[in-house]
Amino acid sequence: MSAVVVSFWAVLARDLRLGLRHASDLAMVVTFFVLAAVLFPFGVGPEAALLARIAAGVVWVTALLAAMLSLDRLFHADYEDGSLDQLALSPAPLAVLVLAKAAAHWLTTGLPLIAVAPALGLMLHLDAAGFAPLVLAMLVGTPCLSLFGAIGAALTLGARRGGALVALLVLPLVLPVLIFGVAAVEAAVTGLGARPHLLILGALLAAALPLAPLAAAVALRQALESA
Amino acid sequence: MPQRDRAGWLPAPTRAIMPAADPAGRPTGLHIRPITMDMHRFANPARFLRILTAILPWSAGASLVLLPLGFYFALIASPPDYQQGETVRIMYVHVPAAWLAMMIYTVMAAASAIALVWRHPVAELTAKAAAPIGATFTAVCLVTGSLWGEPMWGTWWVWDARLTSVLVLLFLYLGYIALVNAFDDPTRGARAGAVLALVGFVNVPIIKFSVDWWNTLHQPASIVRMGGPAIDPRMLVPLFTMAGGFTAFFVTVLIVRVRAELAWRRLRVLRLAEAAD
Repeated sequence: MSAVVVSFWAVLARDLRLGLRHASDLAMVVTFFVLAAVLFPFGVGPEAALLARIAAGVVWVTALLAAMLSLDRLFHADYEDGSLDQLALSPAPLAVLVLAKAAAHWLTTGLPLIAVAPALGLMLHLDAAGFAPLVLAMLVGTPCLSLFGAIGAALTLGARRGGALVALLVLPLVLPVLIFGVAAVEAAVTGLGARPHLLILGALLAAALPLAPLAAAVALRQALESA
Repeated sequence: MPQRDRAGWLPAPTRAIMPAADPAGRPTGLHIRPITMDMHRFANPARFLRILTAILPWSAGASLVLLPLGFYFALIASPPDYQQGETVRIMYVHVPAAWLAMMIYTVMAAASAIALVWRHPVAELTAKAAAPIGATFTAVCLVTGSLWGEPMWGTWWVWDARLTSVLVLLFLYLGYIALVNAFDDPTRGARAGAVLALVGFVNVPIIKFSVDWWNTLHQPASIVRMGGPAIDPRMLVPLFTMAGGFTAFFVTVLIVRVRAELAWRRLRVLRLAEAAD
């Protein structure tokens, strides 16, 4: 058991170190997030009431798209230089290592997005009651994005046009996260209470935590044995 | 040593219950082999092809009989709805197409599970062959539903749970087709697609029960529900006839596509062997 735990932390620390070494890549994801969200007032007009109506949706959708952008680097670099083969050979289950990589991805992508989201909410005139539910929902929902994204990234290793394909595969799978994430904010703003939606998001995360790494590990082994 | 057949395959074990013995040869009871082991009987592509070729004329004949019959029932021999008039007849295409769309995804998911668990080589091909048929049926369902919705509800589209779930199902089909065709090695593509089909399978029950879970504009479930069907038997007959015809059509096209896929694989191996000389 302790070999598994040690491997988990080792892979997590390694990916964090690698990710933070190229901090400009992370900044790029957050910049895309802000830029894409800021496009909407240009598109639909600056009227506050309209922007408040769509604020939650805009923040969530652009967070989704920004997370999709960063999924390429989850396995690709390790696949290219052979580290993925070494990870697959380790005594720890590959699913545990995938979970560590997804956790590192969330810490370097999801958390910055969550940190910036309230500022975007301000710019889009999000109702005051919506900020806390937005942050809470994103805290629970963005790990799901990383986990489902890990499945998509593992499936498209070695594929042509892998980047666009990952988005095409993962977006239908994370639709429930988007639906309930936005519903949580809308419910809080209209006074109905965000708790049921947050609980369902928690259920989605609880299901994704054990299952997504398993599926991603299967996909990784397929990629490695046919490489 | 068991003899291999002409294709080089070992004979499949055929007895599910065999007497067991300890190493000294004393009988120790019965060894009951789980039914799953017999799946390997179908893994031999030549045998699988023979079974498919045997089924093909039956399914083709069934579709040739049921489809015209279903259209006759739907367009001529069934009554118009007391509320909707003649436009209810779109239902006889729209509803069976929806059933087929979901059934085909279930077939794909089952084939993918068999492919992943038992490394069954032809199961992946079946899933790959079924995907475009399923995507077409889903598109037919959405288009006919839209055409039906315009006179009935006054709108071409509405974002309620059921329509949205079927649209997501279409994207799952398209994503699967894109993934399977994105690799130069077709085996890798089929295997990756198998994982994707299973991961996306969670959407299929959501469609069935979405009408009950959310308040929607779409008609609530009126066939498979407690208390039996709620529509008139004179409308059920054309509905089930069309559904049977669509299913037979699906089986026919699936068999043709699986045989084509197997032939294409064989051709690819021959071409690669020739290029290597």
